[in-house]
Amino acid sequence: MTEAIHVDALVKTFGPTRALDGLDLSVRTGEVHGFLGPNGAGKSTTIRILLGLLRADSGSARLLGGDPRRDAAELHRRLAYVPGDVTLWPNLSGIEVIDLLGRLRGGLNAKRRDELLERFDLDPRKKGRAYSKGNRQKVALVAALASDVDLLILDEPTSGLDPLMEEVFRQVIREEQQRDGRTVLLSSHILAEVEALCDRITIIRDGRAVETGTLADMRHLTRTSIEVGLAGPVTGLDTLPGVHDVQTHNGTVRFDVDTSALDAVLRHLTTVGILSLTSQPPTLEELFLRHYDRTQADEKPQTRVTR
Amino acid sequence: MNSLTGTRALARLAFRLDRVRLTVWVLGLAVMPMGTAANYLSLYPTEADLRAVSAVLSNPSLVALSGPLFGLSIGGLTAWKIGVTEFILVGLMSLLTVVRHTRTEEETGRLELIGATVVGRYAPLTAALLVTGLVNLAIAALIALGLLATGLPAAGSLAFGLATGLVGMLFAAIAAASAQLTQSARAASAIAGAVLGGTYLLRAVGDTGPTWLSWLSPTGWALHLRPYAGERWWVAGLFVGVGAVFAVVAYALVARRDVGAGLLRERLGSAESSPALRSPLALAWRLHRGLLLGWTIGLALTGAVMGGAAAGIGDLQSPNQQLTDILTRMGGNNGLTDAFLAAIFGITGMVAAAYTVQAILRLRQEESSGRVEALLATPVGRLRWAASHLTFALLGTALLLAAAGIAGGLGYGMQVHDIGGQIGRLLGAALVQLPATWVLAGFGTALIGLAPRFSALAWAALILSVLLVELGALFGLSQWIVDATPFAHVPKLPGSAFTVTPMLWLTAIALALGAVGLAGLHRRDVPVA
Ligand SMILES: Nc1ncnc2c1ncn2[C@@H]1O[C@H](COP(=O)(O)OP(=O)(O)OP(=O)(O)O)[C@@H](O)[C@H]1O
Ligand SMILES: [Mg+2]
Repeated sequence: MTEAIHVDALVKTFGPTRALDGLDLSVRTGEVHGFLGPNGAGKSTTIRILLGLLRADSGSARLLGGDPRRDAAELHRRLAYVPGDVTLWPNLSGIEVIDLLGRLRGGLNAKRRDELLERFDLDPRKKGRAYSKGNRQKVALVAALASDVDLLILDEPTSGLDPLMEEVFRQVIREEQQRDGRTVLLSSHILAEVEALCDRITIIRDGRAVETGTLADMRHLTRTSIEVGLAGPVTGLDTLPGVHDVQTHNGTVRFDVDTSALDAVLRHLTTVGILSLTSQPPTLEELFLRHYDRTQADEKPQTRVTR
Repeated sequence: MNSLTGTRALARLAFRLDRVRLTVWVLGLAVMPMGTAANYLSLYPTEADLRAVSAVLSNPSLVALSGPLFGLSIGGLTAWKIGVTEFILVGLMSLLTVVRHTRTEEETGRLELIGATVVGRYAPLTAALLVTGLVNLAIAALIALGLLATGLPAAGSLAFGLATGLVGMLFAAIAAASAQLTQSARAASAIAGAVLGGTYLLRAVGDTGPTWLSWLSPTGWALHLRPYAGERWWVAGLFVGVGAVFAVVAYALVARRDVGAGLLRERLGSAESSPALRSPLALAWRLHRGLLLGWTIGLALTGAVMGGAAAGIGDLQSPNQQLTDILTRMGGNNGLTDAFLAAIFGITGMVAAAYTVQAILRLRQEESSGRVEALLATPVGRLRWAASHLTFALLGTALLLAAAGIAGGLGYGMQVHDIGGQIGRLLGAALVQLPATWVLAGFGTALIGLAPRFSALAWAALILSVLLVELGALFGLSQWIVDATPFAHVPKLPGSAFTVTPMLWLTAIALALGAVGLAGLHRRDVPVA
């Protein structure tokens, strides 16, 4: 088994809303897979289909080699889930929720649970209604992480955590990564978190996957901005493939270049003679904004995002 | 910004959110007295008819059920017949409305959303009381006008409308105070609801025994305002005075506490969870036990009081035909006491069905609150999850009916010195109601499975059943319409013969509805918001 999750051409409609519109997703066993997309893109819907909660209109979804709906009971023994909106039973204390969910899943590691409670600095004795948003999320996180499972499905698990706790979360996930065969599907809006944790990511928009791969791959597809001071005038720069938005100013040339064309462009410039050079690699934000923003993503060829 | 800023906007929002619900309440409460009066006018056209029927209504058992009959007139009879029902319902409507627009908003966090805009500290409470006040005013006015239009005297009609509206406002004030006590809206409604039930019982005991007890009860005051029987307008002052006290308490508590907090402090739970909390059923027990306990106590008390009152029916010197007729219609034809007891347990069955519906709808609440998601992501399947709640709806109802039966047997048995025998008889009278309540459970399950967004219609089914059974005969509806309700088929025990066939039918219908619902739940998307 090399694929923990395989989703093919998944479609899900809610009345007139087409929440998923032919989504493909592949998560390899043992990786931390980032699942990104703007609000309403269909991340939670996908996850709910994977959990067998929603029924897809068409397309197929496989999870740990089984059918999410038919084999739900067996599969759920091997996975743990943190919902995007954690609501707790108002009259159950945190520890009761954690233990209940763990036991239903077939047992949880009490030592690991106590360690996690301590690391997340969570008072497990409070009643559900007394927890703040972040603390509710911690309850769900501890419940999920304290079980020994093959697959963790986390839907925006850190949206309510403070920076300190965010760091604890990253450490814990990194430890999970060390353990063989543990797969994590992490839906998130926090780019730094995705960058720090994810082996591969999938970006979806309007119910469709628009990009998938490692971050390095994606960076490669974007542009670097270059500001270069030249010894003499340069010609033919704007006709080189992959070069955009050339501006010349008192011997300083500014332009954007597709990362794949960088080598050829720099060779061309060295023939003139380079006096100074600053280059700005694409930031993660730019990468995502390009995919998130409808107007920009639809434009071809892509122009650089300015902030 | 002063502390009332935004009240008007909030009140408008509340009316917008509740427009259907409140309209149904207002129309229902306004039509019932008018219909009753119109019906009595045709049933008892002459003074002699009235005298005959009124003579028997001073019977202690009926007094326990509906209060004393004060006036010998169509108006007096109407106020007696419908009064207590009307007062309880208007109290219920008011307390639910106030809690919904105060504590529920706070518990769900919606108030915070509103509180961040320009809204004064007292605005939400004031808006809730204002809305409930206007609704009660509408009810009072419509009742008075309706009764007047039927041709009843103006003063009495006004007094009856006033009494109803005042009970409503008093319970609005009581709910306003109880909503400050707890963090949970459910607990706030439960407290105010328990007060309402308590006032009914207090009046029942007071009207049959020490009268001063009924003067401690607001439902008692409403009767003591004496519509159509020499109105005592000053009794209205009692409502105003006590209502004002509760309102002042509510406002004082709002000023003192934080948004979201209650006066009753939440205790910390233990650092260990009980090892028994390891199944959906154990979870359901945690979620249902408070409700079940409250209902069991309430029904046991009612059973005991009514059982004790039943012995009084024998005090009547010469049981006359008119009373026999009335009770026969209500409860069967084998002896007055049995007929009375059968009527009581018939009502108990319908009251218990309110628990059944409440318990079934917990299933839906678990879904719409989103809590079910984490649960269903474990190996627990939907059917097992549903079964855990159904267990409490079905067997919980059995438990509280049994409590009512046993307590009734104790109350009545002590009076007639036959505790053992009466407990058995009345336990049977209570438990025969079970299959009818199960039909409502089945209906609720079917709604949840097939049309989850409309699950609240289970309440409509219950209310319709109660109205058809209670008022169907009075309004001269054809029997087949009344027969559409499950409660019309319950054997009238004690007294009548116990027939098993309708019970089997009811159970089969309940099972079929339940199966349809579970099949729908199995197939559909969860959660549906
Ligand atoms: N039960 C439902 N009924 C109707 N529409 C729904 C339902 N659930 C989701 N949708 C719609 O489906 C689309 C996808 O929603 P989804 O919750 O999957 O988005 P998401 O990617 O998780 O967004 P977010 O980042 O805000 O959590 C949205 O347009 C949403 O309005
Ligand atoms: Mg989401």
